[in-house]
Amino acid sequence: MDIVNQLQRQYVDFLSSLYREGLLDDQFLQIQKLQDERNPDFVNEVVTLFFEDSEKLLHNLAIALDQQHVDYQKVDACVHQFKGSSSRVRNICVSFRTCYDAKNLEGCLRCLQQVKDEYYLVKNKLQTLFRLEQQIVAAGGAIPIMG
Amino acid sequence: MDSYSNGFSSPRAEAFPAGLRVLVVDDDPTWLKILEKMLKKCSYEVTTCCLAREALDLLRERKDGFDIVISDVNMPDMDGFKLLEHVGLEMDLPVIMMSVDGETSRVMKGVQHGACDYLLKPIRMKELKNIWQHVFRKKIHEVRDIEGLESGIEEFQMMRNGISDQSDDGFSFCGGDLNSGRKRKDFDNKHDDKNFGDPSAGKRTRVVWTVDLHQKFVKAVNYMGFDKVGPKKILELMNVPWLTRENVASHLQKYRLYLSRLQKDNDLKASHGGIKQSTDATSRDQAGNLGFKNSINIKHNDVANTNFGIPKNTVIQNSNPKSHDGVVSSPDLGPKGPLVSDAHEIQKATSSSGVGLHYSFGTPDLDTKYTTFSSALPPQFSWNREHKPQIDPNNVFNHLSLPDLDQVQVNQKTFLPSYPTPFNKERDKLTHIKAMPPRATECISLNIRQQMPGENTFGLNPVQSECSTTAFNPSESITRTAWSSKDQVLDHISVSDLDSFNGNLILGKNSALTSLNENFPPCLLPEDCSPTYFEMQNSDFSDSNNPGLLLEPSMYLYDSLKFDYEYPCDPIEYPVMDQGLFIA
Repeated sequence: MDIVNQLQRQYVDFLSSLYREGLLDDQFLQIQKLQDERNPDFVNEVVTLFFEDSEKLLHNLAIALDQQHVDYQKVDACVHQFKGSSSRVRNICVSFRTCYDAKNLEGCLRCLQQVKDEYYLVKNKLQTLFRLEQQIVAAGGAIPIMG
Repeated sequence: MDSYSNGFSSPRAEAFPAGLRVLVVDDDPTWLKILEKMLKKCSYEVTTCCLAREALDLLRERKDGFDIVISDVNMPDMDGFKLLEHVGLEMDLPVIMMSVDGETSRVMKGVQHGACDYLLKPIRMKELKNIWQHVFRKKIHEVRDIEGLESGIEEFQMMRNGISDQSDDGFSFCGGDLNSGRKRKDFDNKHDDKNFGDPSAGKRTRVVWTVDLHQKFVKAVNYMGFDKVGPKKILELMNVPWLTRENVASHLQKYRLYLSRLQKDNDLKASHGGIKQSTDATSRDQAGNLGFKNSINIKHNDVANTNFGIPKNTVIQNSNPKSHDGVVSSPDLGPKGPLVSDAHEIQKATSSSGVGLHYSFGTPDLDTKYTTFSSALPPQFSWNREHKPQIDPNNVFNHLSLPDLDQVQVNQKTFLPSYPTPFNKERDKLTHIKAMPPRATECISLNIRQQMPGENTFGLNPVQSECSTTAFNPSESITRTAWSSKDQVLDHISVSDLDSFNGNLILGKNSALTSLNENFPPCLLPEDCSPTYFEMQNSDFSDSNNPGLLLEPSMYLYDSLKFDYEYPCDPIEYPVMDQGLFIA
């Protein structure tokens, strides 16, 4: 089962790199642990929800910042939601906060872009990860569990 | 339902805590999903909700349908803290707050609003595994109350046996891994077994304030006028035969706290705090002003800050200047919160006031042991603890008992008789009240000046010596500072018992202060407003008899504190100026 091994190794390497880069953290691990026979697709479901939610948030943020009179409270509320993400995003949120506290629109827009970039990066990586999983399963193998 | 009439009884085959009925409220669908899964993994019965209002409706519909509520702090339709209060008032369920934001002030707010725990997101499984302890603890107390200690213990044993059958994966009696977190802010003490040490004096009937009951209550209160009504009258109006005055009093307290907090939350942002400057310094209010609301009549606003009055979180304790015996050590004090104006209200609410000692605990970090104040007066929880024993910060608290509110009432009753005229003519009394400085937070120390009879001129002194709110370092106990001027001794008084103050501390003017105890840093108001304050104060001392600050200890106060405080010298009788009421 050479191909399976290969895929599995790829998977492990890839996932490790995501952790290393800080795109994923312990939180993801927890979610993975929650997956079991009763919810075999748990991680996927959560991640999907996450994607939907995040995109909605980003959208709202963009709108909020696009107003004539920007409601910075609203911006705060949105940014706050992102705080539950990875530490990288959290850091951006910190600068974001400085910007909207200072009502610095330009700064806000910049931060928004940063968050967007981060988000799409993570999204991409996760999608790659899932594809790998599917390939492993398709090849008859089991998805390695990270400890 | 069966064995435990209080809700444990749903048809669950497994032993507690499995099957614990949890209501999770979070507007973030991702989190909701994760939490749901985690809780299910703990074998709990989970219901999810993404709106606070929805949650409240659910709770109201299914009156006994849940054991515990977990809610996020930030929600679009309602502030999580408000939800928290509602649940506490109406349903009396333990509530756990969650947030990504772990700032101390937020956590503090959670405690103030009655949360029994505050979890930081991302939440881990092990933190959820132990939430049952909050439910358990509450049940224990209820059972104890209603059925008396013995049967309470029996029940407890039964429950305990049930639990010990569980796998040790977090279900050990005291709750598994309570060290799960640097992330965890847990106010509950881990050693529940100590809770049964010392039952409160007498049984208390535990009332579940259903929506209906609460509505009757609110009606009665509104009919009379929120500010003026007392529990007795409310009880009459409510016309609920089995309800006792104590029940109403305690509920009233909560209710007032709740309302005032709502208001204060706004005020707080605007101004510095909840101190209401009341000209009512010499309040004739019989029920007594705790003096909380009576701020010293100083026209400053800076100092009229939370620190001045006793912030909700102030721990005021009796401190022994030399050592800590007989003194309750203070827990960490948290951020200054709005003043417990409620003290005032509570005073009003209960026609008698009079606890020997009140402690307000604002802090979550209650590792400190409380030594029972070695006075005749039972230590009390301060009514600063707004909500019920959901917050059960410390063992010792438990053993001090209960719904602190009730306790407070009781004490207040005993207090009053000996405390006939609040601000008055007891000018002569100067009492030393020492506060154990809480860890670097507000602590009120009052320097009461003793004036020699016949002394007419009052110079201005570093007002700091007069009255100051100081932040102390825990390691520094407030020692008695004697400021001596030729004829005067100024002693450092810390407010230990807000109640006893009742606005009765009078600071006389003093002409010269020689030295400040080095332990007593010149008025470190956390908000650093001392200079202003003092200046103001100084300006008040224009002429002899109307100083800005007066704290007049009463006879009673003196007596009650006497045996526990050391006095640098015998309290002497001095003329005192009446006026501004000190706020502890």
